[in-house]
Amino acid sequence: MNKEFVHLTAWEQAHLVRTGQISASELLAAVLEHAAETNKNTHAFVTFCEKEAKEKACETDRKLSAGEEAGPLAGVPYTAKDVFCTRNIRTTGGSRILSGWLPPYNAAAVERMEKAGAILFGKTNCDEFAMGGTGENSAWQPVPCNPYDFERTTGGSSSGSAAAVASGAGAISLGTDTGGSIREPAAFCGVVGLKPTYGRVSRWGVLAFASSMDTVGPITRSVKDAALAMNALSGFDHRDNVTAKVPVPDYAEELKRGVCGMRIGISPDLLQLTIMNEKGDFDNVPIDPEITAALEQTAALLEKAGAEIITDVPMTNTKYSVPAYFVISRIEAYSNLQRYDGLKYGRPSSQQAQDMYDLFAKSREEGFGHEVKLRILSGLFLSQKEFYEKYYRRAQRARALIRSDYDRVFDPKGEYRLDVLLTPSTPVPAFRFDRKDCDPLLIRYADQFTSPMNFAGTPGISFPAGFTASGLPIGIQAAGYDYCEDKILRAAYAVEQLMKDSRGAV
Amino acid sequence: MTEYLATIGLETHIQLNTKTKAFCSCRADSWNDTPNSNICPICTGQPGALPSPNAEMVRKAVRLCLSVNANVNKVSYFDRKNYLYADMPNGYQVTQNDQPIGTGGFLDVEMEDGNRIRVHIDNLHMEEDAGKTRNEGGVRLIDLNRSGVPLVEMVTKPDLHSADEAAAYLMQLRQLIRWIDVSEGNMEKAQLRCDANVSVAPKGADHPGRKCEIKNINSIEAVRKAISFEIERQIRELEAGHSVEQWTIEWDNDAKELRKMRSKEDNVDYRFFREPNLMPVVISDARIEAIRKDMPELPWERRKRFMSEYDLPSYDAKLLTADRETSEYFEDTLKAGSADPKKVSNWMMNEILRIIHGSGCSAGKLKIQPKDLADIISLVENKTVSPAVGKQLADMVQDSGKRPAEIVQEQNLAMVNDSEAIRSICRNIIDGHPKEVNSYLAGKETLLAWFTGQVMRESKGKADAKLTGQILKEMLSICPVNSEGE
Repeated sequence: MNKEFVHLTAWEQAHLVRTGQISASELLAAVLEHAAETNKNTHAFVTFCEKEAKEKACETDRKLSAGEEAGPLAGVPYTAKDVFCTRNIRTTGGSRILSGWLPPYNAAAVERMEKAGAILFGKTNCDEFAMGGTGENSAWQPVPCNPYDFERTTGGSSSGSAAAVASGAGAISLGTDTGGSIREPAAFCGVVGLKPTYGRVSRWGVLAFASSMDTVGPITRSVKDAALAMNALSGFDHRDNVTAKVPVPDYAEELKRGVCGMRIGISPDLLQLTIMNEKGDFDNVPIDPEITAALEQTAALLEKAGAEIITDVPMTNTKYSVPAYFVISRIEAYSNLQRYDGLKYGRPSSQQAQDMYDLFAKSREEGFGHEVKLRILSGLFLSQKEFYEKYYRRAQRARALIRSDYDRVFDPKGEYRLDVLLTPSTPVPAFRFDRKDCDPLLIRYADQFTSPMNFAGTPGISFPAGFTASGLPIGIQAAGYDYCEDKILRAAYAVEQLMKDSRGAV
Repeated sequence: MTEYLATIGLETHIQLNTKTKAFCSCRADSWNDTPNSNICPICTGQPGALPSPNAEMVRKAVRLCLSVNANVNKVSYFDRKNYLYADMPNGYQVTQNDQPIGTGGFLDVEMEDGNRIRVHIDNLHMEEDAGKTRNEGGVRLIDLNRSGVPLVEMVTKPDLHSADEAAAYLMQLRQLIRWIDVSEGNMEKAQLRCDANVSVAPKGADHPGRKCEIKNINSIEAVRKAISFEIERQIRELEAGHSVEQWTIEWDNDAKELRKMRSKEDNVDYRFFREPNLMPVVISDARIEAIRKDMPELPWERRKRFMSEYDLPSYDAKLLTADRETSEYFEDTLKAGSADPKKVSNWMMNEILRIIHGSGCSAGKLKIQPKDLADIISLVENKTVSPAVGKQLADMVQDSGKRPAEIVQEQNLAMVNDSEAIRSICRNIIDGHPKEVNSYLAGKETLLAWFTGQVMRESKGKADAKLTGQILKEMLSICPVNSEGE
């Protein structure tokens, strides 16, 4: 039934519901049925909350028929990565250590989506505590598969979110991005993923990974849907001390302004990987040429739409991002994960324990997966007092340098005065689970183009920009300055419209 | 015999008396509440919960900094102090490590003998309290009511040299934090806690000796005992030719003894780093000035002023400035009447402090208010009532809450200075005590006071004592010698 509705955008679905062409309950039923079907192959979901969703859909239908205000996303089914706390709905963060935990409250982002009228119908799988770039580090197997090729990863850590949206199981999914966890899977799965400015969207109720970089954003099938989701999600929240009282524009309205007159930069430093070798020198490693070609094509489209392209933008400090990210993210992660003792929430070990600390240790040994343990151990190692200068302080200095790159190129009085910086989202398209077709170095540095912005705190959007010859989606990233989500959305929207036109022409 | 010098630095934890906790909206004070009844996702470290800083905590911390002449840092940071313990739900304590709210400063401590010691402050930092652990029958019970309560930790430089000095510092700090209303300062309720770093070295040595830290000292008496014991222990070690090892020692208040917790080798690495969930604490000059303007006169300033402005003896000034409410009571009484400050001081020290002591109320919460005291003093001064009735009046006002004049009228307490009335009472007393009259006439003139006392009793204290004396003298002088009784 109503199969055609599931592939519509959130904007279109909301329109149909609002105008009474389909009820929220009918739309939800269609999406639930489709999600259950596609999930057999994508394994995108860890939890369906059918009962709660159906009640909300009924309520939406009642409101609409009574002429009450039901919100701009009224009746639109959506999903959330399993790191978002959902009241009385299982929330695991992809970890065994939270088995059986029912959060006593909703994440702020979930509240805001609900306020906009959207209906949560499922929780999507992800790397454990969002730590990973493939989705493989989840306790819940099998892990999500790429809808374009089930042999390939979705990217991560918002793996299930990207797989769900790409396969029509909900038009919007909430993801989190600490080093690229929204943008990478969006690129791999051919959908839109927006990482907002740090402080734009409240992190209240999101299981923390690396708190100085964690951000919340939408994964959608269209740029306009990302704008609508950002309308719902953005704004100050007294419960998250880092959110700012910066006014929130109507992002969907902003899209109409186009890119005419925008200064869009391309950096040679972000068209290749710059990797430190054993001798401490930097090697340049080329990325997948099909991605470079897609970037050039995207720039050409934007130029055609009236943007000015500046091709020599230096971003020389971004090469420090991956090693510095390693240090800071692991130190913060180790500290954030200290609270999981298996007693306050989740499940304690059933083994005989000698004392409290032994019980903590056994519960954590059983509860955490391999990658999380590795990161806790690295975090413990790196955070030792004697290494403070060597690692943490040095990484913080690198972070400041990376930030200065963004400050320089976006400075409205500076040499480059950029509105948007265009980069690849990833150095490679989605790779195979067995890694057979891909240089392991490119996989290891998959965050090179995304993590600098988690350090800088600046926003970025990955949007679809064509396909490789073998039919895999390619994502290109529009990066912007603090609180300039409107500009990156406009750039992504322009490309989306132009590509639609050109496809239409073919 | 070698002479030794002890060197002591104190770290005090001051629980702020804010309404809510440091990072959530739970009540800060939950003394005697059912365990785990004053908690929320934030102070129990639920996944996804985030801290929101309490502005009142920052204001009170700044107030404390200003009161000890510390430099208020315009930008300070919250850090995580990472360690695992069951009553520390996040696995880390939010504190301020290397850029705290206050640095430097000093507190001048008055000793009993009038000496003054300047104790320098190293730093003042804000942090959250942990929960409580209780071991009962082999079970570990955790109560998180206290988790997240705001504290200021105030760290001194090693400027103290005896247990008495440490105790004096602590008493003065307690007076200060109550005075400026940043803490209730009750040590029994752990609102003021103290750790002491103690080292001992031969006098004249160029190093103060290796220090031991005593934790968990929870009363002034315990501070005195624990530090004395530790100084003695270290001297014994040195005398025996051993060197003092760097220990962390716990004060066991029940057994009144020190117990070794750990040696330096087991010292924990807290792996401090910036708490990413909290923005830096930024305080503008204007805000600091506003807080400074709002500061009350400090106890030692007020004491000095009482001596110079009201010409009070040092003893009076010290007693009257023991706490802020008492000092305000004194000045309010002065303002409400026209009495001489020394007289008011005497009334305060004799009657009001006695009533405070008896009632357990602080000066500001007494039923007898400054206006009442001023009225009583003027009733006595203008001889409406006798001094004895004045004293009774103070208690009667405190008991009934009625105004003094009202009570005087209701109970007919006005002084009798009508000589006829007094004469009649005197007549009765003289007639009723022929034996005493004889003794008096035989030359035992000190009995006059006894007769006066009888008249006062008979008149319920209302007779004017001076007038009574005159009348008695006159009447007795014309008494015939009475032989009836012999």
